[in-house]
Amino acid sequence: MIQANMQLDAKGLACPMPIVKTKKAITDIEEGQVLEIQATDKGSKADLAAWASTVGHQYLGTVEEGDVLYHYIRKGSNEPEVEKTFEQTVSLEEIESRNGLVLDVREAAEYAFGHIEGAKSIPMGELESRLGELDKEEEIYVICRTGKRSDLAAQLLAKNGFTKVYNVLPGMNEWNGNIKKDI
Amino acid sequence: MTVNKWTAATVARKVIDNEELFILDVRNADAFEDWKIDGHKFEYLNIPYFELLDGVEEILPKIPTDKEVLVVCAKEGSSVMVAEMLSEAGREVAYLEGGMKSWSSYLEPIKVADLPNGGELYQFVRLGKGCLSYMVISEGEAAIIDAVRFTDIFTNFAKDKGVEIKHVFDTHLHADHISGGRHIAAETGATYYLPPKDATEVVFDYTPLNDGLNVKIGSSQIDVNALYSPGHTIGSTSFVIDNQYLLTGDILFIDSIGRPDLAGLAEDWVGDLRETLYTRYRELAEDLVVLPAHFMIIDELNEDGTVAKRLGDLFKENHGLNIEDEDEFRSTVTDNLPPQPNAYEQIRQVNMGKITPDNDEQTEMEIGPNRCAVR
Repeated sequence: MIQANMQLDAKGLACPMPIVKTKKAITDIEEGQVLEIQATDKGSKADLAAWASTVGHQYLGTVEEGDVLYHYIRKGSNEPEVEKTFEQTVSLEEIESRNGLVLDVREAAEYAFGHIEGAKSIPMGELESRLGELDKEEEIYVICRTGKRSDLAAQLLAKNGFTKVYNVLPGMNEWNGNIKKDI
Repeated sequence: MTVNKWTAATVARKVIDNEELFILDVRNADAFEDWKIDGHKFEYLNIPYFELLDGVEEILPKIPTDKEVLVVCAKEGSSVMVAEMLSEAGREVAYLEGGMKSWSSYLEPIKVADLPNGGELYQFVRLGKGCLSYMVISEGEAAIIDAVRFTDIFTNFAKDKGVEIKHVFDTHLHADHISGGRHIAAETGATYYLPPKDATEVVFDYTPLNDGLNVKIGSSQIDVNALYSPGHTIGSTSFVIDNQYLLTGDILFIDSIGRPDLAGLAEDWVGDLRETLYTRYRELAEDLVVLPAHFMIIDELNEDGTVAKRLGDLFKENHGLNIEDEDEFRSTVTDNLPPQPNAYEQIRQVNMGKITPDNDEQTEMEIGPNRCAVR
């Protein structure tokens, strides 16, 4: 199963109800969190994707199981772009030729719908409690979608004594190489 | 203000009668771009319903008050919601019952001609999908050609006319819509004919439709003559009815010609297509009236809503019949083809009897415009 912060049951509902309900439900989760929408209306896939992009949410993808469509949407933020401050950075091209660990700090659902082969998934929100899974001797390339969350994650790692940490820029949204899916 | 409910039949009349209509299509932009209700004098505004969840105030200035307004969506639900919002804002509007789904399945029967001794020839125009089916009636008997999957329409029409369906033909194995032919035959006991060269993989019984086959409808003997005319598919067969009407299937349309690639063999069948259009059809009488199995654009409709034109006129006006150079013809029908019809490979499987999807799945497969032609 793909992890989500909240589930919405819109099964059996016809258009426009899946989107009407989604619009309402998404106000109950935090920005950056993921909503799972369960629907049976086939048209909901194209409509949710189009709706999400018009209102600034991130449509992650859909998994079909039998008659049910599981859609995943990550709530977008309207915050202004924050300055990225972590100084050690590395480009997408460079990480392909280096040997360290790619640490993907996006939400588990984002990771599931496409990540770099071999990347380790620790969502930003869980990073502090899972530092023990990481090796201080290894180079760590922290990646997210646009470089913003990974910037914060790199700072957190540095504060905890990790020195070989690099923020990968720009991020998965411009990654053109192979991706692996866990769906 | 009241919200009115219009049926697909009401909208079809407005298309055929050239009336004005303002359509607010609330499907998402891709769906609208792909396929919409075409009318000569229709105006359109496409705003997805999910952009109107907070209200319609912003679009009110764009919606005319001096014209009929119809709200359209995929299945109906969203158009009802938007129509009610517009109504609360003081506008009188209608929504399309069943949405584009019902538009796709609506058939308008139109009489093409009276035949000798009280016979009649009807064209069933499926405006939403561009499919054309035919029924020849003569002295209590009927023959149907290229029936679409809504078999009730044909059997009820025959019942109303008091005629018995005796022969059901498909000009070829269709790739853009699901045939109702063999189901009508099974229901009525009629003979179902299919060109054997298109039927090599079918899993049901049929009567081979071979070149030169002659079937008489009614005792007054309206002739239906088969004419082998490959090119769209290798088995494609045309019909000459009463020496006056040429049913061309998907080989020749009013404003375009058939595409040879939907069974995956464009290169192989180009020669056949050219032979049919430039040699076999040339040998026919120019006064034959061409009745195709499709139309692509609304401009192909005549004033009475029929899709029909004299063969001699097509030789002059149809671009696809006027490409002298063979190489140029080859490249026209094999390069830069329009996108293939939705789910065309699955539709072929259904028409071969290999898969039997339920009604909703069939509807889904047939969504979108037909794309059987090259221009």
